[in-house]
Parts: sequence; C-alpha cells; structure tokens
Amino acid sequence: MAPIEQSEQVEDAPVVEETLVEEVSIDGMCGVY
Amino acid sequence: MKLVDHFQYGLNSPICLTWELTYACNLSCAHCLSSSGRRDPRELSTAEAKGVIDELQRMQVFYINIGGGEPTVRPDFWELLDYSIDSGVGVKFSTNGLKIDKQRAAQLANTDYVDIQISIDGATPEVNDYVRGPGSYDMAIRALENLAEAGFAQPKISVVMTRQNVDQLDEFKAIADKYGAQLRITRLRPSGRGADVWDELHPLPSQQKQMYDWLVERGDQVLTGDSFFHLSAFGEALPGLNLCGAGRVVCLIDPVGDVYACPFAIHENFLAGNVRDEGGFQKVWQSSELFTELRQPQTGGACRSCMHYDSCQGGCMAAKFFTGLPLDGPDPECVRGFGEQALAARGEDHVIPKSEVDHSRTKLGKKAPVLLQLSMGRPDRACETSPLAGMGASETDSGLRLPVAGS
Amino acid sequence: MSTRSAESAGAAGVGDFDPGAPYRCSPQVSLRPEPFGALVYHFGTRKLSFLKTLPLVEVVKGLEHHPDVHSAVEAAGVEEAQRPAYLKALAGLAASGTIEAR
Repeated sequence: MAPIEQSEQVEDAPVVEETLVEEVSIDGMCGVY
Repeated sequence: MKLVDHFQYGLNSPICLTWELTYACNLSCAHCLSSSGRRDPRELSTAEAKGVIDELQRMQVFYINIGGGEPTVRPDFWELLDYSIDSGVGVKFSTNGLKIDKQRAAQLANTDYVDIQISIDGATPEVNDYVRGPGSYDMAIRALENLAEAGFAQPKISVVMTRQNVDQLDEFKAIADKYGAQLRITRLRPSGRGADVWDELHPLPSQQKQMYDWLVERGDQVLTGDSFFHLSAFGEALPGLNLCGAGRVVCLIDPVGDVYACPFAIHENFLAGNVRDEGGFQKVWQSSELFTELRQPQTGGACRSCMHYDSCQGGCMAAKFFTGLPLDGPDPECVRGFGEQALAARGEDHVIPKSEVDHSRTKLGKKAPVLLQLSMGRPDRACETSPLAGMGASETDSGLRLPVAGS
Repeated sequence: MSTRSAESAGAAGVGDFDPGAPYRCSPQVSLRPEPFGALVYHFGTRKLSFLKTLPLVEVVKGLEHHPDVHSAVEAAGVEEAQRPAYLKALAGLAASGTIEAR
C-alpha cells in the first residue's frame, strides 16, 4: 500500500511513519530448504 | 513501500537460492521433494560448479542453501563448500547426517560462515523412520551429537510437518534444545514424491490451526523458512516476508544446472533455463521469460475478494500446481476451506501434473502407502554411500551399465 | 552457526550510537545496491536488512569517508527535516551490527 502523500505545507508529524530500514531473517523467505 | 512492493522492479540477484548438488542419495524418503535417489550422469562437474559459485559471487548472492539428494555424497562436496565460503558466498547445507562424523564435525566447527541443517521428520525413531527409512533417525541424532561435541554452534534441525508429527512439536523443540540446535519447521508440499504421499501425510485442517497456534505461542526462536505464510489467515501474520519468493527472491539450481523457480517446483512448467546456456545463471535470473512473468504484479485472481489475501497471497504455487488447482485460485490447504472446495470441484478427468524429472531408485505408482514404498527398496544402510549399491546383479556389480563402443 | 562467526557478530547496544563519532559499514556485511535502495546482509548474525531509500544507501556507503555520521548524512543530501529519521535508522543499524564505530 502506498503511503499517503503529504502536501509540503503541512508541518505536522507524518501521517504514516515510514521506516527506512526493514529487517528480515535470511530464513524468512519461502522457496529455499 | 514495503520490500514486497519492490519486487515488481525485480532484484538484480536472488537474495539466496537453493542449489541441489546431486540427485544421488543414500536414503529414499517417501516425501522427497526432488525425487532423489540416483545420480544423474549429466550433473555439473567440479569445475562447472566452481564456475557457478564464481558467478554467484559476482552477482553478490549472499547465501546458498546446498541440498540434493544428499549433497555430502558428492566427493567434491567439501572442496565446493570451502570454495564457496572463500569466495564470500555463505553456505547452509542440508543433510541427513550421513557424513557428519566426529572428524567432519570438528572440521566444520572450525569453518566460518557455514550453517548446517539436519533433516529429521519425527521426534522418535518410529515416526521419523516411517518416512525416512530404517536407521535414519539414529543417523541424524548421531550427527547432532557429533556437532555438539565438536562445539559447532547452533546447527539447525529441519522438520517437514506431517499429519503424523504435528503432535510432536514440543518434543522437536526439546531435541533442538538438547543439542544446542535451532528448530526449523517447514511445510510438506505435494512435490516430487511428496505427491504420492500427500493424501496420507498432509496435515488436517485442525492440525494447521494447531501448528499456527504453536508458532504464535512458542515459535519465537523457531525458523519456518516463511513456508507457513498461508497460515497467516488464521490471525496475525507470522514473521517473514509472507509471500512466495519463487523466481523473485529465490530460485533453485538443480544438479544438472537447470534453474527452476523453486525447489518445490521441479517441473518443466517452472523451468527458467540452464546455467550452461550462454549468459549463465545471471542471464537466466535477469531475463528468462518465466521469471519475468513471475515478477508481474499478482492480481489475486479468485482470492482477490478474500479479506486475508494480503497476508496469505493465495498460498503456495507448487501446492496448487501439483494438486491440479489453478494458480490464480486458493491453495489446497486454504485455512478458510476454499482449497478443499476447489479440490472437490476438479473435473472427473482432471490431470495432476507429474514431473519428468524423477531420480527415484524404485518408482512406485502413486498413492502407495508410505510404509509400502519404503519396504519395496532394499534396506538403506548408513554405510552404503553409493547410490547405485544394490542395484546390480551381485555385491560387486553396481548395476551401472556404460555404453560400449560398437554396441 | 560456526563458532567463529557467532563470536564475532558483536553488535553495539542501542544507547551506544554516537552520530558525532566516525563510523563505517561492518566488514562482516555485504551491501548490494538495488533499484530501490540496497540489500545488506550480515554474515555474522545472518540478518538481512533492506535500506529503503537511495540516500540512506549513500549515507551508509559514505560513512567510512566522513569524520562523523552527521557529515555523511549531509553529504548524501538528506533534507534537514528527514535527518532525525535517518539518525534513528542509523542507530538501529548500529544496534544490529551493520555499522560500527571505527
């Protein structure tokens, strides 16, 4: 889902907190043993 | 955007991949996803295998999961293991424990960046050996003992969940704890010989719920290889990417260099190319027709209107394919029961796809009960390493018949 | 995991991150640029991280060339308003051992 776009005038905190880093275990993907 | 949304752009390289090194195996597990048993005469040579590793290194593939068959049956296995690690490609190898004696265990404990995964499918010899053959439980435990004694930190135990072992989840965890190992549970698919025992062994709907509940409650340190994302529809999504990685994040390189979308999809429908083709593995990964197709955004098909589609993603492509279900419909084990409906709705004359790629040592008809399958072959002995042993007319005759000039 | 790599995983605690200090990508890490950012794999911890913006990738790659984290962030062209988020992300990367003080 795309984050809600913000107009540049809005000074408030972002409506959606987007993390810059996503972490997953190397074992966390389907299709390997 | 979450990572999953980025897959439409494709990844430059797989994140990790499964590499089945040989179709030879000392065992004949009833549910083998790769229908292994006999070595294929066209298997990649040592030099070719190193060439593949070189390519993976250039592509910065982080990690390979080496399996088979039984990969340690290949005499060059240890050489390839070291070569890969020295090249900066991490290795996890999956083994039934055959060659993990004290000496090898000590050697492995001194090797950087190698993970070991011991296959075991029952917490007791009775349950395990029923699908993996007589003596296989003892062989696996012995390997775990040797690794623990050698100080190898955290091997993994990998369990394929079946109707017969779901109740043993706590015991599997106890075995893992006992040997300082990490437990990993994975999903049985109707792939390879798994198709022949699927009806008998796949978990019942109530057992799926049991597994999900167990993972939520006790699964904190338990790996799943993200193979249970179809269970996410029961409630909170399980950790992992929760989607099918085939051809997008991961893929399979088989012993003869064929590249498939996934180790559970060894069938020409999911064959993307061969590493021996011009352009090698990289060209297959980046430009094959099949992978390009798999990387198109998924529409959801018949599952689109289900409120759980976001977490379930329509389940496993291989599970659908090998039960004769359409790929744009529900998984055969859909937790809402739509899979059962779809299975019942298959026409009278429906065809279940069967792979031509079959290296089983004894080929039985489908639907033969597991115990019958295992007893049809000669008893497997741990010391028998030749996959051809016993196939010939006598003790000294391996049964291998090479073409003779003029014949 | 083999014992050697398990011992050398060594990640810093969350409270240890100091953006005024010089940092670098851990030598146990492999960073692979992608169209959308980068994949980062830590061989010691087996953890895979996705850096989700190209500027963040710039920052991480540039850390070893700058006297401190702040200047690496600035050099990557990160807007002022975004910097707190970036620093928070970098603190997380330090906690996971992806980046380390040099």
